[in-house]
Amino acid sequence: MSWTPSERQQERDAYRRSRARRSTAVAVVSTVALVAVAVLALTSSPGWPRVRASFFDWEVAQESFPAILEGLWLNIRVMAVSAVLIVVVAMALALARTLRGPVFFPVRALATGYVDVFRGLPLILVLLLVGFGLPGLRLQGIPTSAVALGTLALVLTYSAYVAEVFRAGIESVHPSQVAAARSLGLTRAQAMRHVVLPQAVRRVVPPLLNDLVALSKDSGLISILGAIDAVRAAQIETARYANFTPYVVAGVLFVALTIPLTRFTDVLARRSGWVGAQSSLAGGGALR
Amino acid sequence: MSPGRLRDPGLQHPPTLDPPLLSVRGVRKAFGDHVVLDGLSLDVRSHQVVVLIGASGSGKSTLLRCIDLLEDVDDGVIELEGQDITDPRLDANAVRARIGMVFQAYNLFPHLRVIDNVTLAPRLVHGTPPEQARADALAVLERVGLAAKAQAFPDELSGGQQQRVAIARALVAKPAVMLLDEVTSALDPELVGEVLSLLTELKSTGLTMVVATHEMGFAREVADEVCFLHEGRVHERGTPAQVLENPREERTREFLRRITG
Ligand SMILES: Nc1ncnc2c1ncn2[C@@H]1O[C@H](COP(=O)(O)OP(=O)(O)O)[C@@H](O)[C@H]1O
Ligand SMILES: [Mg+2]
Repeated sequence: MSWTPSERQQERDAYRRSRARRSTAVAVVSTVALVAVAVLALTSSPGWPRVRASFFDWEVAQESFPAILEGLWLNIRVMAVSAVLIVVVAMALALARTLRGPVFFPVRALATGYVDVFRGLPLILVLLLVGFGLPGLRLQGIPTSAVALGTLALVLTYSAYVAEVFRAGIESVHPSQVAAARSLGLTRAQAMRHVVLPQAVRRVVPPLLNDLVALSKDSGLISILGAIDAVRAAQIETARYANFTPYVVAGVLFVALTIPLTRFTDVLARRSGWVGAQSSLAGGGALR
Repeated sequence: MSPGRLRDPGLQHPPTLDPPLLSVRGVRKAFGDHVVLDGLSLDVRSHQVVVLIGASGSGKSTLLRCIDLLEDVDDGVIELEGQDITDPRLDANAVRARIGMVFQAYNLFPHLRVIDNVTLAPRLVHGTPPEQARADALAVLERVGLAAKAQAFPDELSGGQQQRVAIARALVAKPAVMLLDEVTSALDPELVGEVLSLLTELKSTGLTMVVATHEMGFAREVADEVCFLHEGRVHERGTPAQVLENPREERTREFLRRITG
């Protein structure tokens, strides 16, 4: 099994390597040039000194950083808890919509109505209604903390979206798979559990992670209920220093939080043949 | 295993004394106002191989799907081992578990390894203990010549190998009858042979089969009876020699001329 590439192949490989080096060089040069132009345009604009003083104050950034980071930790916890609850509720909703038979009509109708309503309502309205409406009922056992109510609102809204993602995944499994399972004697539920769902869930992982990225940003909206998350902390710091830099700090932190998620989604998407972003430096993978 | 399924080649019952294993009588099935099966009748006796031929769209798949209760008939009766399986009070899952079905497009479960494709129904439907299910599955994979591929995923196999796994999957529960729907139509020509010779070997073990196919050579060699489907009924039936060599009906002759070119 010893194979030495022929001279022709070695020559082809050498040519491809030199092309790859050249592509990388071109990518680096063009990126640097673009950034330079952008920076130059920004810093040479007439209002730049004032903007820099009120949005990019290094001192203020350093001073406000710990408080905002602590706020971000709340966002992360809210996000983690809601993500788990969302997946559970959404799966239940998606499955409820696949039930057959007259007994399940009310369940089916409720699930459909729920998805219709919460997909149509802006998240900020749900937050306000839940955050200020629910405590007003003064019911026993209803949480009153801004964090809990905010999490509840996130779960209510996102479950409706994610339920549709799950449903699309379930419907994307070809009916012949169900026919094969049923022909072996599996019940409808067994076919769903052992044949349809495993395939459906695999297919919806990329869109699910996409929703997780959106959720991580929207977790900042619970600040309108008074929870001290990264956004609220930045607001407080902004007021304290009479300077907008803390908002920029919070923005940078949110982006830093979502970038790994986004990249992970890309990787998964590419692996499952989903058309994702071309992230390779030289735009690789294209046909010659 | 029921006594009816034991191999008994020496004993030739006169057809009138041997009750059919599977009896389709006056079955009607329509999709919307398109009548596909129009009072179709068909008997299959134990150890028999009945081959269904007919133009594309003549209802071969529909008939097999009705027998496997994947479609509800609009009228008529289907009896399996003397029991009316079209009775809506019957547990359809239990009936399907007694019938093995193999599809044109294999329909293997892509997320499960070959061995798990084969053990799924025994474990879930027949309550076979996992160790026993595994042993049974390996035995039947051995029979179809794929024991070495037990740990592979379906998309790592050739079409012919996938179809043999699908046959193993249907076979493992020892069905009373196997329904095979154009099981070689999706295969490259050089892979057709391995599947057909497996079916020939299964016939020699006494398995009862209903086979929809366009492989006339196979029908000639293996069929005990050939049924030509036309206009929702069995238009002509008989031994392969009768139907394929000396068809009485003009429609049958026309069909055979068309597919033999
Ligand atoms: N689920 C369905 N809905 C509507 N029409 C169908 C359905 N299944 C089959 N048919 C129609 O029934 C006819 C018979 O189809 P089929 O049984 O697949 O024929 P064959 O297997 O002999 O080619 C075709 O005209 C087909 O279009
Ligand atoms: Mg067909």
